[in-house]
Amino acid sequence: MTYVLELTAVRRVFPADPPVTALAGVDLRVHRGDYLAIVGPSGSGKSTLLNVLGLLDVPNSGSYLFEGAETTTMGDRHRTGLRGSRIGFVFQSFHLLMYRSVLENVMLGGLYTGVPVAERRTRAVAALDRVGLAHRHQFLPSRLSGGERQRVAIARALVDDPALLLCDEPTGNLDSANTAAVLDLFDDLRAAGATLLVITHDATVAARADRQVRITDGRIS
Amino acid sequence: MNVRDLITEAISGVGARPARTALTIAGVVVGIGTLVTTLGVSATAGNQISGRFDAATATEITVNVPAPTRPDAPPAVPWSAVDNVARLNGVTAVTAWSRTPEGRDLPVRANTVRDPTRILDRLLPVLGSTETLPAATRASLSAGRFFDAGHVRRRDRVAVLGPLAAEQLGLTRIDNQPAVFVDGTAYTVIGILGSIARQDQQVLGTAVILPWTAADDGLDLGPINTVAIATALGGAQLIARQAPFALAPNDPAGLDVAAPPDPASLRNGVAGDVNGLLLILGLVSLIVGALGIANVTLVTVMERTAEIGLRRAMGARRRHIAVQFLLESTVIGLLGGVVGASAGILTVVAISVAKQWTPVVDGTLAAASPLVGALVGLCAGLYPAMRAARMQPVDALRGPN
Repeated sequence: MTYVLELTAVRRVFPADPPVTALAGVDLRVHRGDYLAIVGPSGSGKSTLLNVLGLLDVPNSGSYLFEGAETTTMGDRHRTGLRGSRIGFVFQSFHLLMYRSVLENVMLGGLYTGVPVAERRTRAVAALDRVGLAHRHQFLPSRLSGGERQRVAIARALVDDPALLLCDEPTGNLDSANTAAVLDLFDDLRAAGATLLVITHDATVAARADRQVRITDGRIS
Repeated sequence: MNVRDLITEAISGVGARPARTALTIAGVVVGIGTLVTTLGVSATAGNQISGRFDAATATEITVNVPAPTRPDAPPAVPWSAVDNVARLNGVTAVTAWSRTPEGRDLPVRANTVRDPTRILDRLLPVLGSTETLPAATRASLSAGRFFDAGHVRRRDRVAVLGPLAAEQLGLTRIDNQPAVFVDGTAYTVIGILGSIARQDQQVLGTAVILPWTAADDGLDLGPINTVAIATALGGAQLIARQAPFALAPNDPAGLDVAAPPDPASLRNGVAGDVNGLLLILGLVSLIVGALGIANVTLVTVMERTAEIGLRRAMGARRRHIAVQFLLESTVIGLLGGVVGASAGILTVVAISVAKQWTPVVDGTLAAASPLVGALVGLCAGLYPAMRAARMQPVDALRGPN
């Protein structure tokens, strides 16, 4: 069984007075095809863990293997490349560009990893099909509902066919109907073989995952 | 990521806020527009000079011959050399004279009466000239006649007075053959000059003009110190180059030739010094425009913090972010340059129509203006782009959406 990611004794301490220990020795393994939920109250270190997992932040100590490659010793450029090509991000506030059409937003996936524009367009159309928004290509995000916006963001994350879909409170800004739609979409993706990691404080969202881990005071329990 | 993708991203970034972009380019538009208008109007106005060019002054050449360094040195320009100039194609008249040195004018009086109560001696410049002086200086005669080649050859002691000299000496008529005494030697006055059209030789008005042979005999005026040449229209530049060789083949560079400026250099001169103030104004507007672009781009960077974070999360390197914002400010500057150049050219055309001039706009200027605008935008974007590239993706994603 291969691991998509493997964290061993990861510590992240922010310099302050006194120093804030956000992650205090985290061990975590995620298999290919896993659907994992990380739950925890605010201030538990969830965001820091997400940043570390998403290669946006580097731990102070410990080891983080992503698809077998040690990332803590990687150069910034290499890590950025890995982040762009192998990790898909889904954010609580969607982070869509409000002045670009749905299709253009989705085409941003793969922009920085050297995918030619025609190929990105093909993939973006396919990804929008997959999230059920094939009829919304030329809409501006401001004309979409919250659920639709999040599905656009998910499509954008899927364009590069990532090894890991990293979702940070993906339903935090959505009502229950839209939440259900997004969670159904996650189930579909899971069934198609995607590796999903959802960070949330919502128990109902976490309950849909195969596996749940709880983070409290920087430790996985 | 290739260049085309980068440009696409930058252009859609600029197009996202059309109103703001329009306001931002205004500074560059004003700056470039002022520069193009100023330079264009200068070139256009300079081109009109030829139409107003004074045909008369364009034909006058004066050669000043330096005084010999030693009293016994041979003259720099012998009298016989004047004929050499007259033979040059394009010369219509040439004269030469030797003059009493500056400040050492000779006493001249109209009679020999010794009257202790009056000062009869006048200190006047005395010229020994060739007989061609009226033609070459476009001088008219108000009375009598000028001396001719015969007077010169016979070394006749005759004189022609400038109008002011005649007035000072109290001579109004010549039919009674008056005489003037120059340093004690008597000369018969045979003519009085009227007006002297040549503006650079007004000294003739106060002068006593003698045949150079007679002057050489009695007054020892010395060798030629001035040669005045009149040319056919358009020949002045050529003759100015040839005359020193004709006059002093041994040392042409020793002569000081005063020629009228040729129309081309006159035109450039006008274009060069017209409206330096407006050029400065244009440059200032351009700087203000650059500051405007820098300011707005910085605000845009702050506003788009989340977008920067997202792009970093999508795999954008710092370089990509920096280049995108640099390109955006460059595109804004380029737009300003294009609009400004167009506005400037239209202004030049409008001014030309109003003044009934032929508009003259340098193609290089029109083509370079957008480039200057782009350069201004590029410089203005440096700092904001650096700020954008330095953002940490983690912080940026938490920023305002």
